[in-house]
Amino acid sequence: MDKPVLIGDAMTGGYGGADILHDCTIAVDKGQIAVIVGPNGAGKSTAMKAVFGMLKLRKGAVRLNGEDITALTPQARVAKGMGFVPQTSNIFPSMSVEENLEMGAFIRHDDFRDTIEQVYELFPILRDKRRQAAGELSGGQRQQVAVGRALMTKPSVLMLDEPTAGVSPIVMDELFDRIIEIARTGISILMVEQNARQALEIADKGYVLVQGANRYTDTGSALLADPDVRKSFLGG
Amino acid sequence: MEPLNALVSVTNFMLIPALAYGSQLALGALGITLIYSILRFAHFAHGDTMAIGTAAVIGGTFFLQAQGVSIHPLPTALLAIPFGMLVLIGYLLITDRLVYRYYRRVKAKPMIFVMASLGVMFVTNGITRLFMGVGETRFEDGERFIFSVRDFREYTGLAEGMALRSSQAITIITALVVMVILFWFLNRTRAGKSMRAYSDNEDLALLSGINPERVVIITWVITAMLLVTAGTLYGLDKGFRPFNYFQLLLPMFAAAILGGLGSPVGAIVGAYIVAFAEMGVTYAWRRVFTYLMPEGLEPTSMMQLLPVDYKFAVTFAILVIVLLFRPTGIFKGKVL
Repeated sequence: MDKPVLIGDAMTGGYGGADILHDCTIAVDKGQIAVIVGPNGAGKSTAMKAVFGMLKLRKGAVRLNGEDITALTPQARVAKGMGFVPQTSNIFPSMSVEENLEMGAFIRHDDFRDTIEQVYELFPILRDKRRQAAGELSGGQRQQVAVGRALMTKPSVLMLDEPTAGVSPIVMDELFDRIIEIARTGISILMVEQNARQALEIADKGYVLVQGANRYTDTGSALLADPDVRKSFLGG
Repeated sequence: MEPLNALVSVTNFMLIPALAYGSQLALGALGITLIYSILRFAHFAHGDTMAIGTAAVIGGTFFLQAQGVSIHPLPTALLAIPFGMLVLIGYLLITDRLVYRYYRRVKAKPMIFVMASLGVMFVTNGITRLFMGVGETRFEDGERFIFSVRDFREYTGLAEGMALRSSQAITIITALVVMVILFWFLNRTRAGKSMRAYSDNEDLALLSGINPERVVIITWVITAMLLVTAGTLYGLDKGFRPFNYFQLLLPMFAAAILGGLGSPVGAIVGAYIVAFAEMGVTYAWRRVFTYLMPEGLEPTSMMQLLPVDYKFAVTFAILVIVLLFRPTGIFKGKVL
């Protein structure tokens, strides 16, 4: 792996006012899991939004499979092979689970039944609930719908903004297992996580951000072992 | 006591007319609910848009009649409906391009949209009157009755009579067919599902590659078709007068809000409730009770709760009560 699948290279920018990101670099290799962690207000979600094109960059570039996509809209990036699961309102609540998946495949004009089948194999519970309105499901199941919806475009990179926010620890472990499974199929994962310790345990690469800049970058296990990181960000 | 006569009387004077009126309202209320879900504003020009669409149908009808075209026993107006739909689709899309699209682009607040639609309402109303005048236009032709009071009496031998007008039967059947098609469209087709997705979660719909402008266009097209159908059926039933169509705005909104804004099923249920409430409160129940009560206890008054002129007061009361006590409506819609 000489070149990462997706890289946000030296990104600098913000929501119009002062810069939030300062020369921040986030990259993920094929089939690997990269996790962005850091204290509150460190710009974790902002970094991910910047990679996805929801934020204007003053400096830096975003490249997907070597192609410069800095100028593309989020929708165009989805068409290029990026999947994004927002942190909140990431499903169509009044539509059935299956319809949610169909809407995920809206830009596809080929037969996507086998992709739906793959999502059901990954999340068997969704097959049982496929006729039920997604808004009636539990928090963990909704997250599965949200991830499944994003997988429908067969992305090369899947971006998750705090997928375990507001779910119980058991459901969180379960979700992380599924995310590892997705990565094994060759899809790269870029994820922002509040539960830093658990997330770094499954991460191939970890980015610790502080005030919108890279503080530590290493493999997940190395970061977990680093006494400085442990003391400052993982609570000892 | 003659319960059968009571039933016939109440069916003739209340149930059938309310069912027809409710069907007309339901088609209009569906349009209100769709526009509210997709464009996210209360479309005040609804009644007058219905009028201008119906005016186009009437124009088409007169043209067809002059050409000697007829589908007797059905009214010629049914043939002119597609023409009316085309005209109204064009009118609504041009309005959207000239007025609403700008406010979408600047992400204006819903209240700005409502005010813009109020302006559209006045203009539309003016155009309609320019062509049709303010008086009543009758364009019903074909067979007037499926069975008349006299037919019914001779057939059943009952004292009380019942009639079924063709326009009422056509209204109820057409409304049913249109509703089935609409629900099939919304639940089974790609375009319909994309509309529901957009209504559910605008940002996620964008992210999924659904084009909002396309969804908006589809919404106007469907609204135009619903309004032309509703307006033509209402006109066949009660005659065309622009002011009456403007007045339908209140019961249509009451129906959509009562059912729950954004819920198509709610709009239909709400429409029938409003129709039956209006008819029930303003109906003189004396005849019915004369048949039902034992001899000597017949009512002496008309037993009418409100004069017919006050039927909109009933609707208004429903609207106020719903907004006060259950603003989300029966089917948990959005709050206006």
